[in-house]
Amino acid sequence: MTMGTVLALTGAALAVILAGMGSAYGVGVAGQAASGVVSEDPSKFAKVLIMQLLPGTQGIYGLLVGFIALSKIGVLSGSPAELSTQTGLMILAACLPIAIVGLVSGRHQGKTAVSAIGIVVKKPDQFGKAMLFPAMVETYAILALLVSILAVNGVPV
Amino acid sequence: MAVLAMKKINICAMKKDRKAILEKLQAMGVVDIVTSVKETEDFKKMNTTSQHAKYDKRVSNTDAALEILQQYAPEKTSLFSSLEGKKEIDDDKLDELIADRGKYNLMVKNIQDLHKEIQNCKAGISKCEVSIDGLKPWLNMDIPINTTGTKTTDVIIGTMGPGLSETMIEQMIANRQPDITSYEVTVISSDKDQTCIFVICTKQSSSKLEDALRAEGFTRIPYFSKRTPKGKIEKYERDIKEYEDKIEEIKQKLVELANERDNIKLLSDYYRIRADKYEVLGELLQSKSTFVISGYILQRDEERVIEKLNSEFSLMVETEDVPDDETAPVKLENPKMFASAEGVLESFGLPGKGEMDPTGPMSLFYIFLFGLMLSDAAYGFIIFLACFIVLKKFPKMSEGLSKSIRLFMYCGISTLVWGVLFGGYFGDLITVVSRTFFHHEIVIKPLWFAPLDNPMKMLIFSLLFGLIHLYGGLALKGYMALKKKDIVGFISDVVSWFMLITGLVMMLMPTELFASIAQMSFNFSPALKTVSYVLAIAGALIIVVMSGRSHKNPALRFALGLYDIYNLTGWLSDLLSYSRLLALGLATGVIAQVVNQMGSMVGDGILGIIVFIIVFLVGHTFNLAINMLGAYVHTCRLQYVEFFGKFYEGGGTPFNPFKENTKYVDIKEEI
Repeated sequence: MTMGTVLALTGAALAVILAGMGSAYGVGVAGQAASGVVSEDPSKFAKVLIMQLLPGTQGIYGLLVGFIALSKIGVLSGSPAELSTQTGLMILAACLPIAIVGLVSGRHQGKTAVSAIGIVVKKPDQFGKAMLFPAMVETYAILALLVSILAVNGVPV
Repeated sequence: MAVLAMKKINICAMKKDRKAILEKLQAMGVVDIVTSVKETEDFKKMNTTSQHAKYDKRVSNTDAALEILQQYAPEKTSLFSSLEGKKEIDDDKLDELIADRGKYNLMVKNIQDLHKEIQNCKAGISKCEVSIDGLKPWLNMDIPINTTGTKTTDVIIGTMGPGLSETMIEQMIANRQPDITSYEVTVISSDKDQTCIFVICTKQSSSKLEDALRAEGFTRIPYFSKRTPKGKIEKYERDIKEYEDKIEEIKQKLVELANERDNIKLLSDYYRIRADKYEVLGELLQSKSTFVISGYILQRDEERVIEKLNSEFSLMVETEDVPDDETAPVKLENPKMFASAEGVLESFGLPGKGEMDPTGPMSLFYIFLFGLMLSDAAYGFIIFLACFIVLKKFPKMSEGLSKSIRLFMYCGISTLVWGVLFGGYFGDLITVVSRTFFHHEIVIKPLWFAPLDNPMKMLIFSLLFGLIHLYGGLALKGYMALKKKDIVGFISDVVSWFMLITGLVMMLMPTELFASIAQMSFNFSPALKTVSYVLAIAGALIIVVMSGRSHKNPALRFALGLYDIYNLTGWLSDLLSYSRLLALGLATGVIAQVVNQMGSMVGDGILGIIVFIIVFLVGHTFNLAINMLGAYVHTCRLQYVEFFGKFYEGGGTPFNPFKENTKYVDIKEEI
C-alpha cells in the first residue's frame, strides 16, 4: 500500500469522523431540548423530533463523501489502487470541505434547532418558520458537500 | 386559486334572543365574530366569566371522567385511530342527551368518586404493606405485642442497635446497673439495621433496667396490638385482601360505566360548545334591550345566512364591503390538487392585505422540487401507495392532515417520475441483487442520465430549475403589479430584472468558464451577443433610474438605484442555493447504494439472502425517512426563502368562524 492510498483513506475517514461529530453534537443538544418539551407536552413529539433530526444531515453528508472516496480508491471492492502521494493528497484535500464545515455547521445547526424548538413550544403554529432557521445553517454544509463531491469525483485516479 | 371574497356583517337584535341567535350562528359556523370592540356609554359588554368558568369546569370534569374510564376500561384503539376523524352524531341524539344531562352529570361525579375510592384503597394497601415489613423481624415472638408482664414481672420489648447478642446486652446492663440481676434477655432477631429484643424482669427493677437499656440506644416496639406479631401480620394480609376485593369491585363498576362512554363524550362536547358560546357572549356589546354582533362572512354565504336569520328571528342584519381600514381574515379556496399545499403556505403565512394566493404555482413547484430531491422510483412508489391507502381508508380525517397526505401522495408520484428519469430503484438494488444472487448483472438504464455519473450536468440543470423557479416568483410579482394597475412598478421592478438577469445569463453562456463547468459550449451569433448586452444594460439602467422613484431628491434616488443593483448578489446566492437539488438527490442515491453494498457483502447463499433482506429493510427504511425529511425541509426552504422572497410577504389572519369546536364527535345539524 502506498503513501497516497493512506492519505486518501485518511481523507475519507476525516469526512466521516468530523462531520459525524458535528451532527452528533447537534442532534444531542437538540435532543435534550426536545426531551424537555415532550416531558411537558407529549403531543409535540413529532414536531420536535423533526427539529432534532435537522442537524443530523451533516453526518450523512460526511458518510456520502467518505463512501464516494472509498469507492474511488477501490477499498470497497477489495483491491485498493496504488495511488501516488499527490493523488492521495488531492483526495484528502477534497474531503476536507465537508469534514470541517460539517463539524462546525452541525454544532451550530444543533444550537439553532434548540432555539427553534423553543418557538415550537411557545407558538406551535409557527412550525414552518421555526424549521427555516436551522435549515439556513445547513445551506453551508450543502455547499461544502457539493464541492467535496465534485472534487473527489474529479480527481483522476 | 384565490382568496375568497369576504364581507362584513352586522347584526342587531333584541337582547332576549341573544342566546338563540348565538347558538344558531354557532351551529352554522360561518361568521368570524370580531371580539375586540370597544365599549361605549350605551353599549356595554356583559360579564359572563362565571358562566364560562362553570362550563369550563364541566368540560374538565367530563374529560377527567373519560380519562378514568380509559384507565380502567381501555377503549380499543388502533395505531391509526388518530386518522379516523370524529364520529358523526345526529343532533336529535344531542337533544335527548341534553334533556337527560342531570343523570350523566351524576354519572361523571360517580366515576370521579369511584376513582377516588380506588386511590384510598391503594393507599390503605401500601400502609398495610409497610406495617407488615416492620413486623417481620418480630415473627419469632409468640406472645401478644402489648404484653406488659405478669403479676410480678415486667416485659420490655423493643429494638437496639444492630449486631448485638444476648451476652453483649447483659454486659451493657451490668456496666450501668450492676445491682440488677434478676432478668433475662432474649434476642428475637438481628439484622443490619436493628436487634429486636425481649426482656423479662422483676417489677421493681424494670424502670432502672429500661433506663439502662435506653442509654444504650433502646426504643420500645412501635406497634400496639393484642395479637402476636404473626397474628397481626395475618390481620394486615386480610385487610389487603379486602382492599383488593374492593378495588376489583369498583373496577367492575367502572367497566360497566364505560358503556356510557360515548354519551359522556357527547356531553363533554356539549359543554365545550356552551363554554365557547359564553366566551363570545361576553365579548358582545349590549344595550338595555338590544345587542350587536359584527363579524366577517364569506360572500358566498351572505344571502343564505341573511335569509335564515330573518326567517327565524326578528332582527336587523346588514352586510357591507370590508372597509379599507380593516383587514379581513383570509380563507383560501383552490382546486383539490393545489389545495393540498395550503398547509405549506399556512405555515409561512396567509396572504396579507392585497396579496394574491400563490398556492397554485407553489404547489406545482413543490411537487416538482420534492421529487427531484428524493428521486428514487421505488421510494416514490412507496410514498404514493402509503398516502393513497391512508386517504382511501380514512376519508374522515381532519382536513389539514388529509391535505398534507394528499400533497405527499403527489410528491410520491413526482419522486417516482424523477427516479425513472435518473435510474434509481432503491438505489442500484437491481444491479446488486442480480450480480450477487444471480451472477448476471442487469443494469436498468436511466431514462435521462444518472446524476452520480455526471454531477456537473446535474448541477447545471439544478441551477436551471432554480432560475425557472425564481422567474416564476418574479412573474407573480409582475402579475400582482398589473392587477393593481401599477404599470410603472411592473416595468421598473419586474421587467427590468427579467432583462438584467436574462442578459447576464446569456452573456455567461458562451464563455469558457461556463463551457468548462457545464461541459457544453454555446456559440452565440454576434447579433445574439449584442442582444444580451442590450438586455443587461437596459435592465440595469431601468433599475438605477426607477427603483428609487419614491424619493424626490435626484441624488438620493440615483444612489438608491445603484444600491438596488447590489441585489444581484442576492440573485446569485438564491440561484446557488438550488445546488441543494443535486446534493440531496445524490445523498439519496449514494446512501441507498451503501445499504445495498453492505447487504451484499456476505455474498450468495441462504445466509447471504437473510442478511441482505435484514440490511435492506433497516437500511432503506432509514434512508427513506431521513431523506424524506430532508426533501420536505429543503423544498419548504426553497419556497419560503427563494421563491416567496421575490414577491410574497404573507401576514394574513386565518378565517376562524364561530362554530361548534368539538373534541370527540361531529354534530350533524340540519341547517
